Amino acid sequence: MTRIVRYIFYDILRTRFILLYTLFLLISTFALFQLDSDAGKVVLSLLNVVLMVVPLISVVFTTIHFFNSYEFIELMLAQPVDRKVIFFGEYLAVASSLCFAFLLGTGVPMLVFGAGPSAFTLLFSGVVLTLVFVSLAFLSSVLTRDKAKAIGIALLFWFYFSLIYDGLLLWIIYTFGDYPLEKVTLTLIAFNPVDLARIIMLLQLDISALMGYTGAFYKSFFGSSTGMLFSTGILVVWILVPLWAALRIFTRKDL
Amino acid sequence: MISIKDVCKSFGKIKALDQVTLDLVKGKSYALIGPNGSGKTTLIKSILGLVIPTSGDIDFDGKSIFGDWKYRDRIGYMPQIGRYPDNMRIGQLIDMMRNIRKGTGKTDEELIDAFRLHKMYDKRMHALSGGTRQKVSAALAFLFHVPSLILDEPTAGLDPVSVEILKEKIMHEKRMGKLIIVSSHILSDLDELTGDVVYMYEGRVQYNDTVEALKEETNEARLGKAIATLIRQRELLTSVSDSR
Repeated sequence: MTRIVRYIFYDILRTRFILLYTLFLLISTFALFQLDSDAGKVVLSLLNVVLMVVPLISVVFTTIHFFNSYEFIELMLAQPVDRKVIFFGEYLAVASSLCFAFLLGTGVPMLVFGAGPSAFTLLFSGVVLTLVFVSLAFLSSVLTRDKAKAIGIALLFWFYFSLIYDGLLLWIIYTFGDYPLEKVTLTLIAFNPVDLARIIMLLQLDISALMGYTGAFYKSFFGSSTGMLFSTGILVVWILVPLWAALRIFTRKDL
Repeated sequence: MISIKDVCKSFGKIKALDQVTLDLVKGKSYALIGPNGSGKTTLIKSILGLVIPTSGDIDFDGKSIFGDWKYRDRIGYMPQIGRYPDNMRIGQLIDMMRNIRKGTGKTDEELIDAFRLHKMYDKRMHALSGGTRQKVSAALAFLFHVPSLILDEPTAGLDPVSVEILKEKIMHEKRMGKLIIVSSHILSDLDELTGDVVYMYEGRVQYNDTVEALKEETNEARLGKAIATLIRQRELLTSVSDSR
């Protein structure tokens, strides 16, 4: 399996899509460091890039790649290998190349301009978000045989978690503002990986006070090491559950 | 060697395979023919475990293939469309396939030599023409000394010289007593290569006998003509039974 992963990894690294992605991250990170000398503020601006762009690129690239390698996957499955091996091989290759591009694009400028612990947290949440959305994109890819439909489902995941979910959450908080909602919102946030990554980041930057009373509540919950472990654990669940569902479908699927 | 029993496969409402029963015997070579959408590719994919039949059994060497993958080390497969990762080199692809089939011992590089692929080991897949990719597919199918070969449209897109090389190789493997299944629309090629005909239509096996028997039955000397006559006879029969 290592050789399968390695060769597919090399192949993906040379695709124009990944090269452009790396370049885009490099340029925007450098530019932000040029605009502002305060590393904390730069990390905060970068956070918005990471929360929007990383999931989008991950879902789009993964689905396109899956369908472009359809015939190749077929050929590999005609060889004496377990379907699981091919599935995990593809997942690892796609996920590691996207993570590599992200780390290179954002990590290198950060090292150049000096990185604090908040920079590492940003890199960490970017990597975890990549893994989550690659899992979700694999799920949408195995759900259908139609490339356009799969990209549609994958984009829907992105829309939902990046834009729609926050709106719903705000609506709930406004409507039921008279009730104590801390525990409810905390639970609801666990259902959105993007929000979890944002919370981890905001707590690290120590600006949770800006989020008012709820922010203080998060601080008291997430700020402790158990809180950090909890949110990371939920994110890991967000990686594993879609991946497991995708694997189940893939092993029974007609190609 | 491969026995297919009452295999049905439907995709939604479409019946791709309908009660297919077929015995593919070692040492014989089969021409799998039929119009587009008759279920040839679905049948091949079922044998390879890529498509899972709705009902029925497929045995390979007496063992059911369902839930198994190890039996595939005895099959060489050449797909109809060879599409590979754009930036992978030919050498990497061959190395990867070798790595997947680690335990199979010595490899058969006759086709790699005949197609002069050695010189192109460093070329990337996106730089190759369709014909060259087809050559790579062929070389991969024959790379391991396997007892059965499944070739889906092997000669489509190849230049005349390469077609002859490939046909020569298939004939050579046939003489060595291997099971060969060739699906193709180029019937003149199949005439030389195969001894048995499996004709499929609308998901059913309509005819399964030797090429000689087919030619005798239809009074035709060439396989192409014989098949055309067979189809016409069948159509006549069905139209008669339909009108009743």
